[in-house]
Amino acid sequence: MTSISEDSDKEKVRSVSVDLNNDASLVIDIPDALCERDKVKFTVHTKTTLSSFQKPEFSVPRQHEEFIWLHDTIVETEEYAGLIIPPAPPKPDFEGPREKMHKLGEGESSMTKEEYAKMKQELEAEYLAVFKKTVQVHEVFLQRLSSHPIFRKDRNFQIFLEYDQDLSVRRKNAKEMFGGFFKNMVKSADEVLISGVKEVDEFFEQEKTFLLDYSSKIKDASAKAEKMTRSHKNVADDYNHISGALNSTAADNNTAFKKTISVCVLQKLEDRVASDQELKLTELLRYYTRDIQAAKDLLYRRARALADNENSNKALDKARLKGKDIAQAEENQKQCLQKFDKLSESGKKELTSFKARRVVAFRKNLIEMTELEIKHAKNSVSLLQGSIEILNSN
Amino acid sequence: MESPEAARLSAEDISPSSNGPKAEPMLLDDDPDDLFAEATEEVSLDSPERQPILSDGPSPVITPVTPVMISSRADVFDRSPDQDEDEEENRDTFDIQISVSDPEKVGKDVCDSLSLCLQTSLSIFSRDEVCVKRRFSDFLGLHSKLASKYMHMGYIVPPAPEKSIVGMTKVKVGKEDLSSVEFVEKRRSALERYLLRTVKHPALLKDPDVLQFLESSELPRAVSTQALSGAGILRMVNKAADAVNKMTIKMNESDAWFEEKQQQFENLDVQLRKLHASVESLVCHRKELSVNTASFAKSAAMLGNSEDHTALSRALSQLAEVEEKIDQLHQDQACADFYLISELLGDYVRLITAVKGVFDQRMKTWAKCQDAQVMLQRKREAEAKLQHANKPDKLQQAKDEIREWEGKVQQGERDFEQISKNIRREVGRFEKDRVKDFRVVIIKYLESLVHTQQQMIKYWEAFLPEAKAIA
Repeated sequence: MTSISEDSDKEKVRSVSVDLNNDASLVIDIPDALCERDKVKFTVHTKTTLSSFQKPEFSVPRQHEEFIWLHDTIVETEEYAGLIIPPAPPKPDFEGPREKMHKLGEGESSMTKEEYAKMKQELEAEYLAVFKKTVQVHEVFLQRLSSHPIFRKDRNFQIFLEYDQDLSVRRKNAKEMFGGFFKNMVKSADEVLISGVKEVDEFFEQEKTFLLDYSSKIKDASAKAEKMTRSHKNVADDYNHISGALNSTAADNNTAFKKTISVCVLQKLEDRVASDQELKLTELLRYYTRDIQAAKDLLYRRARALADNENSNKALDKARLKGKDIAQAEENQKQCLQKFDKLSESGKKELTSFKARRVVAFRKNLIEMTELEIKHAKNSVSLLQGSIEILNSN
Repeated sequence: MESPEAARLSAEDISPSSNGPKAEPMLLDDDPDDLFAEATEEVSLDSPERQPILSDGPSPVITPVTPVMISSRADVFDRSPDQDEDEEENRDTFDIQISVSDPEKVGKDVCDSLSLCLQTSLSIFSRDEVCVKRRFSDFLGLHSKLASKYMHMGYIVPPAPEKSIVGMTKVKVGKEDLSSVEFVEKRRSALERYLLRTVKHPALLKDPDVLQFLESSELPRAVSTQALSGAGILRMVNKAADAVNKMTIKMNESDAWFEEKQQQFENLDVQLRKLHASVESLVCHRKELSVNTASFAKSAAMLGNSEDHTALSRALSQLAEVEEKIDQLHQDQACADFYLISELLGDYVRLITAVKGVFDQRMKTWAKCQDAQVMLQRKREAEAKLQHANKPDKLQQAKDEIREWEGKVQQGERDFEQISKNIRREVGRFEKDRVKDFRVVIIKYLESLVHTQQQMIKYWEAFLPEAKAIA
């Protein structure tokens, strides 16, 4: 079982989305989390001045499935069709470190005690990093909801925050899973739909072109960044092995070796840190891949509404021609038009603020990553030069 | 100072191949009663297999030189320890530069003919600057000559590069011709290091074969390249070593130093191999990192193109450029990882095999000495028997044989002493060199790391204002 509590570097970690939790009337965070085997229990802590809540401050335990339930109910709410729905947090994935831990256990006999202890320490650090990441991602999801003027008022959201019993969100049964599958198929049909539909509004035309292209590019960039980070980690691991091997060679009294060990440790740390920076980049890209998808979903919904609108117009014309059910068709058409207009209006607002949000987040992240790269490279240089001096003077 | 018999024996020892391809037992007669004949077959470095390797045919170069070599080497042996120290110190201001360059393709071998350039102020060379052309087989030939001349005396002869450098590039980088470019550079650099190590050895530097190799414009063509591979030699040495171990004679080690040192070298061998494997893995992963960085750079550039916010788009493109440059840094660092550290470790793993071989030679010498003593004992017993048999001519022959074997025992003991002394000195020199070698290389490597990090700082500092300019 691992747990984290109030962390100062949660500040550093929470950089993917900005301008959240600025409004003191509803402040949400996840100060604590417990990991029991496969399940992670998040402690969702709320501080509020809103009268719609029963208490000014409270905490509830929540599991990942309950976050997904919240996300799905919001998605399914018709009213929010014109809004970009914050992407659901991905499932906590400890597979990577767990597999490594397993391999480490198998290879225990082939390495020295120190090496094993060091690798174990590293793995535990990796595990902790994954853990922190998943907490952050769940937290950001809630904070996106709480900082949005409409979502924060959502009744299900309030239940999620407040209800201190188990929400008993049962696992999806076969029918629902199939339904989900069907939904995905419909989604890809939507892709065709929105690329095919005749767009009258230039703003949306531009957005459509942009989002379609950008979404594939950012997905690709995110995958490549991940690969790069993994390679960097491999290099760091190699330095760990090397310093372990040097340790055993140093028994021959050679200070040169000892210095190299310290350098290797240093280099490993640096590589590790460098890869942490890249992780920032990877996280940023991953998050926005999901967010872009959410924006695309909005476009789909609007496109569907547009299609519906056109269909209702056609139906009205047909009805008028036939002279039957005109009132009904008129009513239908009016509703469709209303829905479409509402979607378009809020959609425009959402997409504009989305772009601003994205630009700010990228800026912040890129600056932070660059500054950290510089700082650590400078550290490396001074430590390395120190070692060189010592070796030279011997 | 040496008895004529001993001198004769020494000459035989030193150039076992001087009479061409003929199976020549080293010390033992063609005694039909010789129980050790077969053992000799196994152990002797003159086994028929090896003959073609060592022999250069009726090479006029070696035979006349050999008598000279004995005396000059005798000088070296008889030197006082102080003189040795002086020589060591002089070597620190060692003024000889060797570069191996211009690899040329000959036939199938991509890196077969090379230019060898020597710059020196040492007096044993006839000129200050020499440039000659050599084939790869010439290098192997040089090593086999040196090995046959010096190894059995306890000198650590630097091993020559392997004929086929088994590539450890687990990652197919996919760039054109990289593997053959790499192969050429690996071999060129390995040959350079080999020569430098060889001339650093004080006895080898004076060796006429070495001098001829470095200076003369034409070399006698070496025999059958396949047989001359460095790996082939090492294998022979190892086989000889194994054969010694197989023999039931267990050496009574009277000198704890040797036992200690042998154990140390065993340990060092294991550790270096492990280290080498780790460094090879590092090189491989760094190459992977470079590939992945390049691919990310491309992807980031595409993302930048797709981005509709102008400043962010520009920043992303700049990020892509930075990552491209960093990719190049990774590649260069991987090269440094490899050529500095990995190859050094590989060289030392092979050197340690040579060191172990030298210890085995000593064991062989001891065994020979033992055999001679047993033989002497037998001759004495035979003589004692003949005393009562009244066969005066046979008796005389027996007495002659005793004298002969007494001489051989003495020689054997001298040889053993000599090789022990040599090994002590060689090991001392080897360890000193090793420490120096590693220190120099590690400093170079650290400097390469510093350079990489400094470049990184430059690139990221140039990017920072771009990131800040996003508005």
